[in-house]
Amino acid sequence: MNQNYSTVAQRSTSAIATNKVLRNTYLLLSMTLLFSGFTAALSMFMNTPPMTYLISVIGGMVIAMFVLPRFANSPAGIGIVFLITGMLGFGLGPVLSMYASLPNGGNIITLSLGGTGVIFMGLSAYALTTKKDFSFLGGFLMVGFLLVLLAALANIFLQIPAMSLMISAVVIMIMSGFILHDTSRIIHGGETNYVLATIGLYMTIFNIFISLLQILGIMSNDD
Amino acid sequence: MEWMEIISALALLAFIIILFPAARERIKHSPQGTSSDWMGFVIPVIVIALFVTFLVMLV
Repeated sequence: MNQNYSTVAQRSTSAIATNKVLRNTYLLLSMTLLFSGFTAALSMFMNTPPMTYLISVIGGMVIAMFVLPRFANSPAGIGIVFLITGMLGFGLGPVLSMYASLPNGGNIITLSLGGTGVIFMGLSAYALTTKKDFSFLGGFLMVGFLLVLLAALANIFLQIPAMSLMISAVVIMIMSGFILHDTSRIIHGGETNYVLATIGLYMTIFNIFISLLQILGIMSNDD
Repeated sequence: MEWMEIISALALLAFIIILFPAARERIKHSPQGTSSDWMGFVIPVIVIALFVTFLVMLV
């Protein structure tokens, strides 16, 4: 009898902990997205050169891979998340300025932003309501992501627009898988650090937005 | 070739080299999904693909 009470108590403690990680992740994610929007607007206002994007993405990725994991369990981790997302947002400035200068630019940016929001919320709701375990996707998504990076590397030399379109489409599919995988990891207790969970989900949103911008930009030019 | 393209290529190469061991570990330790598990992934991805097609039609 006592053992049953103990098991129920352990389960409810685990569920409360999972809910806390989930709530903190979404709270930090929404704050970092707002902050990115602010730094992107600042970068557009400052009319930063195109190389800003490259420097920000490389800098943000290096900090996310090598600095953030060391501070993920301390309050400094939150500051580093804001630094990374602020940098990535700042890097978006010249990209958004370029799209805004296109004849249909405002429409492309709005659709990409709305589309990214719908994809993220839809997939998160799917993972949260079905409570399926998507941990089996881990290896498949990592291999897919590596292949996409290889294809992107090849396309820097080949310069094929159709390949660029294909890479963006595949990135959206892979990032969609990462949203399911990462959300399911939080639900099932595989990810207990909301700082790392936030940066993972932020990167998927960032990549989906950039890829949608690219796809809609290329397709609107085809008219 | 512009210097920005050279830096992009070098950065991509560096990310591939850094991520490769992590990818190998994930493949080794990932559980096998059943066909029902895979359908739970494939169906939402098809819906996303249709949604992106819809967005393209709106532009």
